[in-house]
Amino acid sequence: MTNRQAFLRGMKAGVPIALGYFAVSFSLGIAAKSVGLTPFQGFLASLLNSASAGEYALFSLIGAGASLIELFFVTLVANGRYLLMSCALGQKFSEDTPLIHRIGVGFYITDEIFSLSITTPGKLNPFLNYGAIAVAVPAWSVGTALGVIAGNILPASLVSALSVALYGMFIACFLPPAKQNRILLCAIPCCFFLSYIAFRMPVIGDLSEGTRAVILTVVIATILAVAFPLKDEAEEADI
Amino acid sequence: MSAYIYIIGMCVITSAIRILPLLILRRPIKNRFLRSFFYYVPYVTLSVMTFPAIVNATDSPVSGALAFAAGLILSWIGANMITVSAACCVVVFIAELFI
Repeated sequence: MTNRQAFLRGMKAGVPIALGYFAVSFSLGIAAKSVGLTPFQGFLASLLNSASAGEYALFSLIGAGASLIELFFVTLVANGRYLLMSCALGQKFSEDTPLIHRIGVGFYITDEIFSLSITTPGKLNPFLNYGAIAVAVPAWSVGTALGVIAGNILPASLVSALSVALYGMFIACFLPPAKQNRILLCAIPCCFFLSYIAFRMPVIGDLSEGTRAVILTVVIATILAVAFPLKDEAEEADI
Repeated sequence: MSAYIYIIGMCVITSAIRILPLLILRRPIKNRFLRSFFYYVPYVTLSVMTFPAIVNATDSPVSGALAFAAGLILSWIGANMITVSAACCVVVFIAELFI
């Protein structure tokens, strides 16, 4: 795949991401407005952070006039899952990938762009990410600014419908590879079940979605890695 | 404190979280456990982030559950990402007309 093909492929995959982002960032803009941010500040927060839960936390910290120490710890909790994603994604890079591409890809590791790039077969071409970023990040940033300007223009039914776009995209990423792999096929329903239990449980259920995802991922992936270790390098080739 | 300080502060911390592992872990991991762990991470993360969140995202849990079912069926039979994603939205929109 040439860089140009990868970029175009990324742009195409970026369309559903952008749709979902637009809906989510619009409601994010409403939250930004409620703590007194300007449309430009909302735009900038989204352009620089691209993290839904993280930005919600950011806006509430601004509203509360929190300290930088609090900002530090809240950011670690809300965005900690990107550390896991970055470690996993790093394994898909060719060893000789230049620094600039490592930074370029890393800066925009979001749940959605991660899921797109990690499930594309073969070594990672950074231009796939750049294509998706070129479509999705403007939608995310402009959506936030528009949310600040005109929070209540979109009808509620449309916001509700668009809110599942990102989940649809997740499903299209994790399910197809499971058809060829019996372990994944059994593991995925277990993940759904455990995630539901965790959501219902006291204490863990009260944590943010991001933190819960980190805990569940570490626990379940550890169990899977112990019980069903990969046999050889070849087995990894399909992801 | 200016809002810009918060915005840029979060950007610095989040970028470190996102970028440092890519700079530090430059070689392929040889350890079998870690390789297996990182192989399973994306599937586990994406599944646990999808359910039950998709059911709670919509105005009514019924429409979210229908979208979840539609997404699973369509990706199982090989529909591409845009189709799956759009179909989930359409299912919610139509379902909520009747709820």
